[in-house]
Amino acid sequence: MIDLFSAIELARFQFAFTVSAHIIFPAFSIGLASYLAVLEALWLWKKDDAYFQVFEYWKTIFAIVFGMGVVSGIVMSYQFGTNWSVFSDKTGPILGPLMGYEVLSAFFLEAGFLGVMLFGLNRVGPRLHFFATLMVAAGTLMSAFWILSVNSWMHTPVGYGVNEAGQFVPRDWWAIIFNPSFPYRLVHMVLAAYLTTAFVVGGVGAWHLLRDTRDRGARIMFSMAMWMALLVAPLQIVAGDLHGLNTLEHQPAKVAAMEGHYETREGAPLYLFGLPDDEAEKTRYGVKIPKLGSMILTHEWDGKIKGLKAFPEDERPPSALIFWTFRIMVAIGLAMVALGLWSAWSRWRGRLYDSPWLLRAAALMTPSGFAAVLAGWITTEVGRQPWTVYGLLRTSESASPLDAPAVGISLLVFIGVYFLVFGSGTFYILRLMLKPPQAGRTEIGWPTRTAGITPGPAVGRRESEGDRHEH
Amino acid sequence: MSIDLPLIWAGLIAFAVLAYVVLDGFDLGIGILFPFLDSKADRDLAMNSVAPVWDGNETWLVLGGGGLMAVFPLAYATLLPALYAPIIAMLLGLIFRGVSFEFRGKTERGRWLWDVGFAGGSMVAALAQGITLGALVQGIEVDNRAYAGGWWDWLTPFTLLTGLSVLVGYALLGATWLFMKTENGLARQARAAAWLTGGALLVLMGAVTLSSAFLFPHYVERWFSWPALLFTLFMPVLLLACIAVFVRGLVRGHDSHPFLATIGLFVLGFLGIAISFYPWMVPPHVTIEQAAAPDSSLAFLLVGALILIPLILAYTGYAYWVFRGKVDPDEGYH
Ligand code: HDD
Ligand code: HEM
Ligand code: HEM
Repeated sequence: MIDLFSAIELARFQFAFTVSAHIIFPAFSIGLASYLAVLEALWLWKKDDAYFQVFEYWKTIFAIVFGMGVVSGIVMSYQFGTNWSVFSDKTGPILGPLMGYEVLSAFFLEAGFLGVMLFGLNRVGPRLHFFATLMVAAGTLMSAFWILSVNSWMHTPVGYGVNEAGQFVPRDWWAIIFNPSFPYRLVHMVLAAYLTTAFVVGGVGAWHLLRDTRDRGARIMFSMAMWMALLVAPLQIVAGDLHGLNTLEHQPAKVAAMEGHYETREGAPLYLFGLPDDEAEKTRYGVKIPKLGSMILTHEWDGKIKGLKAFPEDERPPSALIFWTFRIMVAIGLAMVALGLWSAWSRWRGRLYDSPWLLRAAALMTPSGFAAVLAGWITTEVGRQPWTVYGLLRTSESASPLDAPAVGISLLVFIGVYFLVFGSGTFYILRLMLKPPQAGRTEIGWPTRTAGITPGPAVGRRESEGDRHEH
Repeated sequence: MSIDLPLIWAGLIAFAVLAYVVLDGFDLGIGILFPFLDSKADRDLAMNSVAPVWDGNETWLVLGGGGLMAVFPLAYATLLPALYAPIIAMLLGLIFRGVSFEFRGKTERGRWLWDVGFAGGSMVAALAQGITLGALVQGIEVDNRAYAGGWWDWLTPFTLLTGLSVLVGYALLGATWLFMKTENGLARQARAAAWLTGGALLVLMGAVTLSSAFLFPHYVERWFSWPALLFTLFMPVLLLACIAVFVRGLVRGHDSHPFLATIGLFVLGFLGIAISFYPWMVPPHVTIEQAAAPDSSLAFLLVGALILIPLILAYTGYAYWVFRGKVDPDEGYH
């Protein structure tokens, strides 16, 4: 069966699979780390233990997510060498130092303070503990900064020269780091991480509110999340639009594939649906709105848009996947805005916590951020094909000199292990999310030990399942 | 400018690898000893003793790997394909053991799975790292900027020997760490394990040294050339000093001495290897000079490294300081 695929196809699939698994965790932990910092700040500022309880609730989940992010990330940092050795040799002088900075400025920071954040409250006191939480959040953002700079350089390479060995060598570091697509990608991705987290937090809050509208913790979660949806989702659409315009400038073939355009045209339509067919070079069964495509991309009704046929056949990305994943992302983005508006309306009418349909919709949208993130990344990365470094280094010339069986077997093992390990982790997280946040109504000001101390008198214990505080 | 940037970077990468080996070594060692501990309470405590720090320890591995791509891309691009199978095995092992820290406490029925994952993952990772080391020592075929050997070159009796040595060495680090961090029953088990693995490690280190002397005579030349000779001559004295501290510490119960002495052993072994390798990056075809990225890359990252590594050491030290002393069986959330 493995013979069906060439080593390069398997290597691509392996990379896509492992990086897609990885991105799920950072997308959540970047947002969650910041959210935890906000919760702890609110707790310290308002001296209201409800915030601390919500903090503890998400901290436990964060620890699991973060752990999975770390182990899947370590795989990524070695995949470049095992599967894409030619790429590593050629781009190492440019991308290596950026990733080196990521390790030095982000990974160590997160990891160094993570222990204090998870286990150290008793030992360092609330203020230093808050500092540790801030450092973890800063680390996750810094990590996004550097890795997205790396990724963006692969899309819009600038500031380089080429040496005798065929390696890309740096000429201008500033230009390399702040390459043309980087600011857009960074903003869009960080907003995506925040939105992803907001919808998870909001969905979990909504789920518990459906059971008990007075649950204080669930109210805090839901309210904060809906503010995020209201304010950030529209921003994300603006950011996405700007990102798209930037892509039109630097990677017009990708945009043509996203839009399903094969012909170059003035006043191009916007396809809502359709089946792009690369063989026949046309989009079948298209449902389209005349001229809107040109309006969105050029901001003029009769603007000219290049179609895929304007590019040599061996420089076109495969259209169908890009077309569809892009639509999934945009649809989710619009749905997020809609939910934000709906919540604002309910809030204004003073019915935020007891509008069952709003709560149900929010609960339904819990995983929407992950879907949008994956869809967005697939649009981006498949749209870069057939290049790894856009216009300069082909994917087919980037791979390691490996045999198909070696890559195939390791791919199968990765798939098996990832499903087992990350599947279990997801299951444990879901189980934690099913516990109501109100569990453990402690009265003490600075809760100390986390769990498992001598059970108290039996009277207090029936109150709720997770009610384990010191007596 | 006559600063030898590649050499500085070779030193820094070596430092990162050594830091990794020592730091992750002891928490991998906990995983290796894990199945042999008496009770669940002991296992929980052993795991809690490293829970706050293991992630930071493992980050040195990312620095070693990522740093290699940055400053010696050719080495990165030839080593990893050459060591494809052991590297993938190591990554998979690290996945299992890394998630076990969190997963173990989240399930009653499934705990056995993560116990096995923690122990098995740690052992596989240690073994794979030892094999990687052995494969490097025996040499990697490189031609035209690419790996040119076969897919099973890494598997020889010699690499199995180095694999076993690293496994036992990590177990020793873990045992002495536990001896330092715990009390009573667990400390007694740790002491017994330290005697056993300490003895075994000395035998294995001797075997590795002798076999590399016979298998790869060019290394012997290096050991007896100036100024490496200085180290070769002092080595036995330093080795004996470490052993003395180790034995005294275990006998008299100076709880941190055996751990420090074991670190000493690792440093000595590491220096020995570094001397053998110089001036190669990937023996016997690629030198440090050849593997290095252009100076502009090296200089750019060096600025950051010189500022950030001291900071990292400072706050890592702080994290260890926060969790100093014996682990408290009531603390931690498992
Ligand atoms: C919660 C997640 C999320 C949401 C709601 C959206 N996006 Fe997005 N999008 C991403 C998450 C994301 C992403 C995962 O972060 C990507 C992948 C690479 C990147 O930079 O951002 C992305 C890529 C991406 C690209 C590809 C850029 C390129 O590769 O050149 C475009 C054009 C857009 N987005 C546009 C939009 C528009 C117009 C949206 C609004 C309706 C939108 N995105 C919503
Ligand atoms: C930000 C860091 C990232 C870098 C440096 C990066 C780099 C790469 C590289 C080197 C490849 C292999 C060559 C190729 O087939 O194009 C690739 C492919 C791919 N990546 Fe990314 N990637 C990153 C993030 C992501 C994320 C987060 C996703 C999540 C979905 C993703 C999805 C893919 C997919 C689907 C492919 C396969 C494309 C194809 O072969 O058609 N990438 N990427
Ligand atoms: C191919 C590309 C990528 C590589 C090689 C990579 C590498 C890594 C590594 C080695 C770790 C573990 C760090 C540790 O030991 O603490 C990690 C974790 C992390 N990565 Fe990635 N990564 C990639 C893509 C991304 C992307 C696209 C993002 C976000 C935009 C991201 C954000 C993070 C974050 C925030 C963490 C911390 C752990 C977590 O939050 O789950 N990474 N990554």
